[in-house]
Amino acid sequence: MRFVDEYRDPELAKKLVERIHRRSTMPISLMEFCGGHTVTVVKYGLRQLVPATVKMMSGPGCPVCVTDNSDLDSAIALTKLPGVIICTFGDMLKVPGSFSSLQQAKAEGSDIRIVYSTIDALEIARRNPSRPVIFIGIGFETTAPTIAASVLQAEKEGIRNYHVFSLGKLCPPVIKALLDKGEVRLDGIICPGHVSAIIGSHPYDFIPRDYGIACAISGFEPLDVLLCVDMLIAQIESCQPRVEIAYRRGVRAEGNRQALELMDVVFEACEARWRGIGVVPHSGLKLRKRYERFDADRVFPIDPGPTHEPKGCLCGEILRGVKRPTDCKLFRQVCSPEHPVGPCMVSYEGACSAYYLYGDAGGG
Amino acid sequence: MEDKVLLAHGSGGKLSHDLVEKSFLAKLGNPWLNMLDDSAILELSGRIAFTTDSYVVSPLFFPGGDIGRLAVCGTVNDLAMSGARPIYLSLSLIIEEGFPLSDLDKIVVSVQRTAKEAGVKVVTGDTKVVNRGSVDKLFINTAGVGFIPPGVNIAGSNAQPGDCIIVSGPVGNHGMAVMSQREGLEFSSLIESDCAPLNGLVGDMLKVCSSIHCLRDPTRGGLATSLNEFARQSQVGIIIEEAKIPVCQEVRAMCELLGLDPLHIANEGRLVAIVAGDDAESVLAKMRQNPRSRNANIIGQATAEHPGRVVMTTSFGTSRLIDMLVGDLLPRIC
Repeated sequence: MRFVDEYRDPELAKKLVERIHRRSTMPISLMEFCGGHTVTVVKYGLRQLVPATVKMMSGPGCPVCVTDNSDLDSAIALTKLPGVIICTFGDMLKVPGSFSSLQQAKAEGSDIRIVYSTIDALEIARRNPSRPVIFIGIGFETTAPTIAASVLQAEKEGIRNYHVFSLGKLCPPVIKALLDKGEVRLDGIICPGHVSAIIGSHPYDFIPRDYGIACAISGFEPLDVLLCVDMLIAQIESCQPRVEIAYRRGVRAEGNRQALELMDVVFEACEARWRGIGVVPHSGLKLRKRYERFDADRVFPIDPGPTHEPKGCLCGEILRGVKRPTDCKLFRQVCSPEHPVGPCMVSYEGACSAYYLYGDAGGG
Repeated sequence: MEDKVLLAHGSGGKLSHDLVEKSFLAKLGNPWLNMLDDSAILELSGRIAFTTDSYVVSPLFFPGGDIGRLAVCGTVNDLAMSGARPIYLSLSLIIEEGFPLSDLDKIVVSVQRTAKEAGVKVVTGDTKVVNRGSVDKLFINTAGVGFIPPGVNIAGSNAQPGDCIIVSGPVGNHGMAVMSQREGLEFSSLIESDCAPLNGLVGDMLKVCSSIHCLRDPTRGGLATSLNEFARQSQVGIIIEEAKIPVCQEVRAMCELLGLDPLHIANEGRLVAIVAGDDAESVLAKMRQNPRSRNANIIGQATAEHPGRVVMTTSFGTSRLIDMLVGDLLPRIC
């Protein structure tokens, strides 16, 4: 299969792995920021290929996983509005909120529809002009431009019943928040791939500059990740941390200007609550005042009430890179993709789900 | 105006009789069915396999098959996977009011052809018509009975360390063929369902090896789920090699786009067999003579290590767990 097999070539992988082993002389810790990277690492068994001294841990880069319980509870509360149609990406359905889930609300009769993009949600709004249609807008910089485009399109067509419940989040601020916490010792970060296709490489410049930590942007095929690890080790071994791109076919240093402009027209940064991490300034996206009639938060003010966190769930620690899924007592015992306790087990990009589905043979 | 199925077609009255005669007896008729009594009276002896399954696939017509073909193959294959020779089927339809009679005819013709292909007779049946909205177009249930030849003992708990795992052909075609037709996806793909009766193939395999240990048609949940069932039922470990599992390019590509694993995608005309290591090559050679399984391959072994788990060796030489399908990726594919 073209454009895929090239990046899964076992011979090239072997060469890269040999180079990694030659370069690596000291113990280091790397964080794969994106859940998508964790999936690649576990699915292809890349931890079995790199030197044992290279520790790889997962990070907070899974939009479903970092959605806070209070935001989930609000989304669930929105489903109870009279006549409303809720549109959401599929993996949000099963995420347990404080007391319920979108799936549960659907079973109780709420009209909740799975969509693959905002285009589908807009179409549902066109076909149901008398009903409010709310898109649950989770996602990082990758998704935000598509949500922005849907808002502009709705404005252009005069679609008045389309609304976005914006839970959009920005990656560089949360990386800064994690580093400022100082809980994990990091030598290098496998930086987001698709997020960087939008924002480019410069927003990470502060990481090597202010924290002395190596950065490389990776794609999601196994050779992408191996190349990225190789670049990071070279930077670390030579004490020359900087931001490199190991995903040149997807990412340019300046990013995608058009997408960034779209985002900027519709959204402004706001503080956001991240599961396990807390409130991070300038890390969220809310609709600008000009588009407030599309903002579900403003049009349908709701109070979801107090939140409740599941006992024993380590999702927060796992998202911060402090713990691994296998450290969690609930993992594989009471928490599984069929019966998820926390969000990291729900999303395919969640670290717990990846470890559960592909975990190394004979163990977690 | 197109002729539609009316509620009266299911009333038991004149229209019901017309429907039975014109749509069913004319195509499926045989001495048992033609009796039109409350039950078919069958002469059976020996070990009998008996199974039932319901079919709710959407859309009803998909590349490489339709709900009628599926309803015959699914039940025939469940019998065949027990080593049974399928003989008789029941056919029961629940039809939504307003369903086009022309579509019903096409589906019954498909049942007729597939039953002939599999060498089975539809000996009893039932038709219900329900109000619009009470079912989605058409649901079918079939049940089937078959003889199990003496000496054949096939069960999911029979796998032994050292046994070989054989699949009969590329996996994932049926699920992806149905998926490609779904509203909202509408791939213009060349993928055709593998939907086919497998009793002939199983018969061939039993000719060269009457002691096949396990057989399963990896339908919902795909190959990964069948292998996990074997590993758990037999308390053996299973090791498969990624590079040896046949998957069509188109299926791989579509799975890649949708983020699915071909090992979790349903098949309706494939089987996975576990046979003693010494029998594997002869069974494989026989399978490859059959047009249904020309691309059959030995994909791995059963082992005493990690009982209950399925592990795959990747093309990088690393290994990873292969778990059962979790949740319902593709509802209503059969």
